[in-house]
Amino acid sequence: MMSNITDLKLVELVDKIKKKELSSSEVTIAFIERSKKSKKLNAYISENYENAIKKAKIFDQKPDFKKKLPGIPIAVKDLFCTKNIRTTAGSKILENFVPTYESTVTQNILDEGGIVIGKLNCDEFAMGSSNETSYFGNVQNPVSENLVPGGSSGGSSSAIAAKLTPATIGTDTGGSIRQPASFTGTVGLKPTYGSCSRYGIVAFASSLDQAGPMTHDVKDCSLMLEIMSTYDTKDSTSVDFKRENYLTNLNENIKGKKIGIPKEYRVDGMPKEIDELWEKGIKIIKENGGQIIEISLPNTNYALPTYYIVAPAEASSNLARYDGVKYGFRSKGENLIDMYEKTRSEGFGDEVKRRIMIGTYVLSSGYYDAYYLKAQKVRRLIKNDFDEAYKKVDAILTPSTPSSAFKIGEKLNDPVSMYLNDIFTVPINLAGLPAISIPAGHDKKGYPLGLQVIGKAFDEQSILNIAFALEKNISFKNNITDWWIK
Amino acid sequence: MTIDLKTVKHISKLSRISIDDNKAKKLGKDLNSIFSFIEKLNELDTKNTEPLTSIAETTLKLRKDEIKSENIREDILKNSPDKNKDFFVVPKVIE
Repeated sequence: MMSNITDLKLVELVDKIKKKELSSSEVTIAFIERSKKSKKLNAYISENYENAIKKAKIFDQKPDFKKKLPGIPIAVKDLFCTKNIRTTAGSKILENFVPTYESTVTQNILDEGGIVIGKLNCDEFAMGSSNETSYFGNVQNPVSENLVPGGSSGGSSSAIAAKLTPATIGTDTGGSIRQPASFTGTVGLKPTYGSCSRYGIVAFASSLDQAGPMTHDVKDCSLMLEIMSTYDTKDSTSVDFKRENYLTNLNENIKGKKIGIPKEYRVDGMPKEIDELWEKGIKIIKENGGQIIEISLPNTNYALPTYYIVAPAEASSNLARYDGVKYGFRSKGENLIDMYEKTRSEGFGDEVKRRIMIGTYVLSSGYYDAYYLKAQKVRRLIKNDFDEAYKKVDAILTPSTPSSAFKIGEKLNDPVSMYLNDIFTVPINLAGLPAISIPAGHDKKGYPLGLQVIGKAFDEQSILNIAFALEKNISFKNNITDWWIK
Repeated sequence: MTIDLKTVKHISKLSRISIDDNKAKKLGKDLNSIFSFIEKLNELDTKNTEPLTSIAETTLKLRKDEIKSENIREDILKNSPDKNKDFFVVPKVIE
């Protein structure tokens, strides 16, 4: 019986705990046991197992079944500050950092009865698309050995696909939830900018960062979003809009929905399987009474160059705080400036340093107008493209990524080719829109591929419903064999 | 345009990240390939386009002027790499 607990999805587990068929302790121990057997995946940076089991026992003594996550164990990306639990952001510079406060999103999870079982690996400061920039090492994709799990939320995608946690949370600045979800055959949603509070999330690019759920299916994703998304006065960009009961309102009726297909997303050299997958999605939408409309997002090709100015610029400013003074790693220096320079040189990894330097350069005197201001103007054009499109359609369907997962080490020495991974996800962050990636098929190597549904701002319910309809008709099976467990 | 070694060193100074010559050369190569990719933006005419600085078109809300004391000085100091009583310690800055 114990071995089956981890096969259950989040909503099923919640139901079984509420019906007293399972206790929080049984569920928590089951996921911890499986996590312990899965060290080879390197999905965790910090474990909170003992503490979690204690909390589960306390829950079972006095269970509150009105909670949305009654005694449910959850591992979270190590970018969320968790009070009294080490938070590293995948960086040496924060190796020993223990936050004195809780991020709003993790607090929401705790308030609904969730129990944090550990902190999951990620690219350093969420900068990467393969989890290879983490100071704490590569993460394995449970789909196949030596395959990247995507990034930056690679520990999260690996942990959910391998069933080490019944649901998890990630952050998405340019695709960091949706690309790893696509690479591991799982569901990942990036909410509208302003939906989930950024308070207590280690900042990367503040105008792009959003937290979101990563789950086995669309139902679980709806439940998690319901819990995560709250208006928060501690985040000045949090938006006070009417949030739906996403799970209660979830339905697969997409009759009359207008779905846009952007022609610019048919890129050269895209594998045939991805094109076929897209066609499959289009067919399902038509068969379910949705209307397919060809649209144009003419500035799509400029999204990545724009992103690689805006994101590093904001990062260089956000990461200026790591100076070795108040917290984090410090290197010895002959004087204060020398200490700063050595601390940052030794404390940051290569990709982070590269991005800080790009950002510093585009913001520096004489280059600000040519690069940073230019990028902000192009960002406006990209957002205008979406505004125009949404006059004609309710949502947009695209592939999630231009390829399936690649081997560890394959793209490490070519930053631009690594950046191209995010070609279909980055425009959505620039425009601040919600988007979900759902698993939709496999390529000829047997690796998962995802479809992305992009919505209007604050219309998460529509993309969840469309994804729900697609999911029902696709009936994707993740053929993971537990190869990492002896 | 190309970013030469001198420029790389200048950016590293501005970024407060020390860097040796070997690393600077490698980084220069990476930056050049990234910037040649970024140059694509120059194809677009943006003379009459307003920059988009924030996607959340919200006005900042005022909150009540209340003191929220969490008394966490000790906890905050625990994370410091070097401290002396209630102070953070840094290398000497005045002669």
